[in-house]
Amino acid sequence: MNRAGRFLLYAALVSTAFYALAPMWVMLSTSLKTLDEIREGSLIAAPHAPTIEPWLKAWGTACSGVRCEGLKPFFLNSLLMTIPAVLISTLVGALNGYALTHWRFRGSDFLFTALLVGCFIPFQVVLLPMARLLGAVGISDSVFGLIFVHVVYGLAFTTLFFRNYYIGVPGELVKAARVDGAGFFTIFQRILLPISGPIFMVCVIWQFTQIWNDFLFGVVFAGSDSQPVTVALNNLVRTSTGVKEYNVDMAAAIIAALPTLLVYIVAGKYFVRGLTAGAVKG
Amino acid sequence: MASLGIHNIRKIYPNGVEVLKGINLDIADGEFLILVGGSGCGKSTLLNMIAGLEPVTEGEITIGGKRVNDLPPKDRDIAMVFQSYALYPSMSVRQNIAFGLSLRKVPKAEQEATIARVAKLLQIEPLLDRKPAQLSGGQRQRVAMGRALAREPQIFLFDEPLSNLDAKLRVEMRSEIKLLHKRLGITTVYVTHDQIEAMTLGDKIAVMKDGVVQQFGTPDEIYNRPVNTFVAGFMGSPPMNLIPATLAINDGKLCAEVTVGPTGSKRVHLPLFGFDTSTLDTLTSTGSSVLLGLRPEHLTDTGRSNGMTANLTVPVDLAEPTGADTLIFITLGGARCIARLHPTAVAGRDEVELVVDTSAAVVFDRHTQEAIAFARV
Amino acid sequence: MNIRYSSDRWLPKLVLSPTLAASLVFVYGFILITVALSFTESRLLPNWEWAGVERYAELFDNDRFWVSAKNLAIFGTLFIGISLVVGLVIAILLDQKIRGEGFLRAIYLYPMALSFIVTGNAWKWLLNPGLGLERIVQQWGWTSFTFDWLVNPDRAIYTVVIAGVWQSSGFAMALFLAGLRGVDSEIIKAAKVDGASLPTIYRRIIIPSLRPVFFSVTLILAHIAIKSFDLVMALTGGGPGTASDVPAIFMYQFSFTRGQLGVGAASAVMMLMTIVAVMVPLMYAEARSGRER
Repeated sequence: MNRAGRFLLYAALVSTAFYALAPMWVMLSTSLKTLDEIREGSLIAAPHAPTIEPWLKAWGTACSGVRCEGLKPFFLNSLLMTIPAVLISTLVGALNGYALTHWRFRGSDFLFTALLVGCFIPFQVVLLPMARLLGAVGISDSVFGLIFVHVVYGLAFTTLFFRNYYIGVPGELVKAARVDGAGFFTIFQRILLPISGPIFMVCVIWQFTQIWNDFLFGVVFAGSDSQPVTVALNNLVRTSTGVKEYNVDMAAAIIAALPTLLVYIVAGKYFVRGLTAGAVKG
Repeated sequence: MASLGIHNIRKIYPNGVEVLKGINLDIADGEFLILVGGSGCGKSTLLNMIAGLEPVTEGEITIGGKRVNDLPPKDRDIAMVFQSYALYPSMSVRQNIAFGLSLRKVPKAEQEATIARVAKLLQIEPLLDRKPAQLSGGQRQRVAMGRALAREPQIFLFDEPLSNLDAKLRVEMRSEIKLLHKRLGITTVYVTHDQIEAMTLGDKIAVMKDGVVQQFGTPDEIYNRPVNTFVAGFMGSPPMNLIPATLAINDGKLCAEVTVGPTGSKRVHLPLFGFDTSTLDTLTSTGSSVLLGLRPEHLTDTGRSNGMTANLTVPVDLAEPTGADTLIFITLGGARCIARLHPTAVAGRDEVELVVDTSAAVVFDRHTQEAIAFARV
Repeated sequence: MNIRYSSDRWLPKLVLSPTLAASLVFVYGFILITVALSFTESRLLPNWEWAGVERYAELFDNDRFWVSAKNLAIFGTLFIGISLVVGLVIAILLDQKIRGEGFLRAIYLYPMALSFIVTGNAWKWLLNPGLGLERIVQQWGWTSFTFDWLVNPDRAIYTVVIAGVWQSSGFAMALFLAGLRGVDSEIIKAAKVDGASLPTIYRRIIIPSLRPVFFSVTLILAHIAIKSFDLVMALTGGGPGTASDVPAIFMYQFSFTRGQLGVGAASAVMMLMTIVAVMVPLMYAEARSGRER
């Protein structure tokens, strides 16, 4: 390719990168400006006198609905919900994938296909019965209810991840271990687990992102005290106490996005692998 | 150590496919059994069933006279070497060897002693602390053997253990396995598709096809007295020639009448030596057409004559020097045949005089493909 | 077959049984319950009195439902179409041995890590008619420029497309790039030897071989579009009025804020049907072409 073509190529790629980054930049700069500067200055200009006031307010004192304690309690709710849900669904998915690939029995392939349907359904079609069930059991409006829901509807994905990974592990390895005298759990623990590092990363990151970013289950099943941060962010932005504080809104949005962004920055490789693996369903 | 019995074993998969159709094999304590056949013949399935890795549909497997059908692999006192070696990737060589021992709660000191003994036997001492990924193919093979040896099992099972090695290593490891068996005397079942491995290693060979044992016998029996054309063609490289021929009595001697050359215009009568003529009477009386089985080394040059032979001049279609011998392609009875000659006997000739050792021939029925008569009784 | 020789026989089934049970109850069972609900008199509370197709009649008589269906059609088509094109173009551009490819790829893809709620709020601010994009362009000198899509009932759904494309085209790019890297390089060499130009090679050889990738990307984007709830909630809240309503919001509001369980269930069933209607032909076509290959 000639030089002019090359130049155009890079120009196109770099401007796309600016387009991708622009919203984040605007959020960040807005969150560090005073309201006066927002009203007078330019949307894309860097803040003249950066202030962390909006951040402090978004974290600790802004009103979300009737509670004026910022995002902090809801951020903690999200952590309390996400961590156990990710761990449980990943571990069960790993055992499922292991059983479905290396201990196949009559009907195990059919079982897998049947489980996969869980990846495809729109969750709206299960919301009403689930809301009744959680209410009947008494864990609606609680973090436990959300953990339960996220585990149940995450299993299809985690099983898929591990099944597709373990199918690449030679069956002779499991046979050799059986001849050596190892049983179902010993083989999982001593042979499969030590080589499952990458898929655990992929699965944990996928589940973390999905559950942390979830809004639907949060808004339907959480009570005002057990709301995850996404729901609280939405309420915070909609709760107006006179003046609309765009800087606080943006700071709150970034706070809600920080954990998943951090995961993306630290382990982007696995994040992409998860997206691609999730894409090749079945 | 123990004998192994396989009685009326059948394997039918849930989808109805029958991969083993009634297998019967018995080997004595310390014998080396080879299961050989093409892919899909059921040999690996049979091995997995002996190991307890596949359930038995019908029949009985005994180890040391004791029925083991319902025993899980770990209670059958067997050790197995896999084609891919199946070394546990996260464990060092030492841990790989010790894994089975530690699961059986063998005391640490005893484990150490076993590892040392096995490592010395297989000369893998310098590799003990490496991970499988850091080993070459040949080294992995040795470690896989070591893992099996550590257990001092009643029976060794090998599933095509050499097929992932390059040609030179394969020959080396082959003799090593044979030496080990000779030294330890452990009953062994060895699956392979390689007829040379089968011939060199086995005390007994079972040639399998389509879930049926075609022939079960010593390497000598399998090679010299194949019961059908499949076994004759499978064992030996190049395989046994199968020459369409007609049996006849000529000058009071039993002869095979064969056309010679690509055109088939010339006919010769090869006298068959050493056959029990009485068994062939009925056939010859009707001028029955048969297949005459002759190994390439029994179609050779005049320098290798042993007296029980017939001579034959044939045109050479093609000559392939292999070094020690030259193989020539000729046409007998309309079929492509191969003869093994001394290189000097062929050089630059369009026609050669062959010596045919008919006393080593096997006569097959042309329709059933079964052997109907052997020369050497 | 009747071997019961150790725990290893039943342990795998035992391990799988909770997941199987969960799937049977919470996926299949709940779908059935929702379908059943949609045929009852349920309003504020479930009422199992049979109502035939009354709820569906109510649903189809509701203008708001048709607005949301039309919006979904607009959003779905544009969102999938634009994301596919943008994703494919960027992937091809990135495939030209670019310096800093990894870095650029990371930038294109980060929006995928964000919650739709965050994305919606970011774009709500960017597209703010008073203080956002409109004002920047005016500050740059084009004083008559107006951009009021966010509050314009005829345009609001397109802002959802803008934000959705921003978030998801990086994802399409990642899948296409993986597909491009998987094309057999010898085929490309052979085409070069045959004298094909680079655009021809892409048009005639590489892009056709990406068929399975088009299939997966379309499938996933369609899935995202049909389920889209949080993005619209955050960006327009379905407004102005109900102008940017989508079925997911319709379902949520009728079920949980308006006390019309039966209609909500009926709309949820319609969403499921839509996904089935999109997925089944797609998967069938893909399976058939897979056999032909």
